[in-house]
Amino acid sequence: MLPKLPREKLLDLYKTMLVMRRFEEALIRVTKSGISVGHFHVYIGQECTGAPALSLLGSRDTVFTTHRNHGHLLARGADPGKLMAEIFGKATGYNKGKGGTLHTTAGELGFLTTSAIVGGVIPLATGAAFAAKERKTRGASMCLFGDGALEEGVVHESFNLAALWSLPVVYLCENNSFGAPGQKAGEYSSSTIAARSLLSLATPYGIPAVSVDGTDAGAVHQAVQKALARARKGQGPVFIEAKTFRWPGSRPVWPELLTGETDLKRAWDLKAIPKQYADWHRKKDGVLRFTRELLKSRRATPEEILEMDREAQARNEQAVRFALDSPEPKPEAALEDVFA
Amino acid sequence: MAEQTYLEAIRSGLREEMVRDRSIYVLGEDVALGGPFGVTKGLAEEFGASRVLNTPISEGTVVGLAVGASLLGLRPVVEVMFIDFITLAMDQLVNHAAKLHYMSGGQLRVPMTLRVQEGAMGSCGAHHSQSLEAWFLHVPGLKVVVPSNPADAKGLLKSALRDENPVVYVEHRGLYFSRGKVPEGDYVVPIGRAALVRAGKDVTVAAFGKMVGVAEQAARQLEGEGTSVEVLDARTMCPLDLETIVASVRKTRRLVVAHEAVETGGAGAEIAAQVQQEAFHILDSPVGRVGAVFAPVPASPVLEKEFVPSKEQIMKAVRQAVKWVRPAT
Repeated sequence: MLPKLPREKLLDLYKTMLVMRRFEEALIRVTKSGISVGHFHVYIGQECTGAPALSLLGSRDTVFTTHRNHGHLLARGADPGKLMAEIFGKATGYNKGKGGTLHTTAGELGFLTTSAIVGGVIPLATGAAFAAKERKTRGASMCLFGDGALEEGVVHESFNLAALWSLPVVYLCENNSFGAPGQKAGEYSSSTIAARSLLSLATPYGIPAVSVDGTDAGAVHQAVQKALARARKGQGPVFIEAKTFRWPGSRPVWPELLTGETDLKRAWDLKAIPKQYADWHRKKDGVLRFTRELLKSRRATPEEILEMDREAQARNEQAVRFALDSPEPKPEAALEDVFA
Repeated sequence: MAEQTYLEAIRSGLREEMVRDRSIYVLGEDVALGGPFGVTKGLAEEFGASRVLNTPISEGTVVGLAVGASLLGLRPVVEVMFIDFITLAMDQLVNHAAKLHYMSGGQLRVPMTLRVQEGAMGSCGAHHSQSLEAWFLHVPGLKVVVPSNPADAKGLLKSALRDENPVVYVEHRGLYFSRGKVPEGDYVVPIGRAALVRAGKDVTVAAFGKMVGVAEQAARQLEGEGTSVEVLDARTMCPLDLETIVASVRKTRRLVVAHEAVETGGAGAEIAAQVQQEAFHILDSPVGRVGAVFAPVPASPVLEKEFVPSKEQIMKAVRQAVKWVRPAT
């Protein structure tokens, strides 16, 4: 379902999703053309979780996420050019090229850090919630992580502390272990945990836990809105599981455009859906789902959709150009900022 | 100048800073009760349970929580009860606290202090006796201070609490009840400067923590043998005050480094390497090293005594340095 928002806001959300999708497609295309940026992880396929969730954050809130963060940054309003430049290790990147794809910080957006240590940000986000509570900012701390993070010990310690001290933190677990189309059983990646339900890991601490379909932007929006309201009122943490599918191309550490670049016509023209990975295009791709929902509810026409897509693509082409044209950091910058 | 124990000096430094700066929070296991040795005793009563918080036995998360809170401007002081337990928090300390300022291109700051205590004594065994501070020396982004006396305990703690970086503040359990004069008022010892403890002209002994006092005893005894030993308290391990150490070695031409940590891979190895790079030509003997033997800390009092470096070992290293003759080649 669509989030309960006025048309203009819905279209803003959709534009954000398109920027998220087209950004990573452009990134993959550029890297395939021979420009090396090291390995990276893509968020393609999880846009219906990140976009609505992060659209709900305000200036008092903070956010911490993971190695799979490009989509989160863009959803929070990060500049695609500065993000692309950071991924390329350029001096104009968010972190002056010091962080790269795995560690982007956009301080002015309250987007504090993205850890490449699985589960690593969970104590940090819990700490930011502690600070928010002590400083009475009425802000909340949002923490996004994958299902694999629940296998780390600090997660359970953090749940305990957040519940004990009633900290304003929203733990949003993007459970993408449902397998990408074409994925064989036991193949990377799926979570390795004895618990039958991820929710059962939070509830013993008295943390309210809810599971939503992560390709359903409306469900995610509603759950996160409720959780943030609770946190900001000082009523403590919430755990949300958003069930998403891994995009087939995300499996290698150097992602491949296995399904090609997204063709939004597949949302309304079944003949445009190729046989290979048909399941992905028909059911699992959240961006196509959101597109169909916009069409069905008559909030946008196919022409309007294609126009918004052209804008998103143009914005990302500009981002790529900015990143490629940006200066490299000066070698001596390697020794700057070791200490504050 | 009032006389205080090392433990009282830490507490008064912490207390004064908490009065001065509302953003300082104390977190740790049992800290509201004073902790196992009473360092934080009375703070919860004075500043309230919201600023002096007992935490679960979750070192990793408590350190990470402090890092996260420091990003938003709090200045948390985390007490990890024994330095041995820091293993549980290494990810948060090494991968997050130390690197966030750098990785973010200077956008983030982590002004937190980690208080840990260490020392092999009282048959505590291998999980309550190690001296592990050299680990942090290997991690760019962390400052490491090792006070050896009450005045420095207070002055270095104040510096740590005012620093914009994560500081590992290493206490020695065996010094808690040692007494010394502590300057009144706002006494601050800058991080990054070694201290001259005793002037001498034949050999420099650069020591850390409890070994500073042991080196002084060795120096007094060696004086009777006609050897004049200069004792330096290296006291801040990162940044290291190489300049003061090298200046002393220029005078004495001989150096012995001493710490209670295991000799292999210890801070002494780093000092020895840096000094020989800087001043190889003026050394009259190889840099001597005194540290614990290469073994886990044993529990039996007899074995524990064998483990901990002694005054005699420092004296032996000094005598060797003085007697050393360049072999014919």
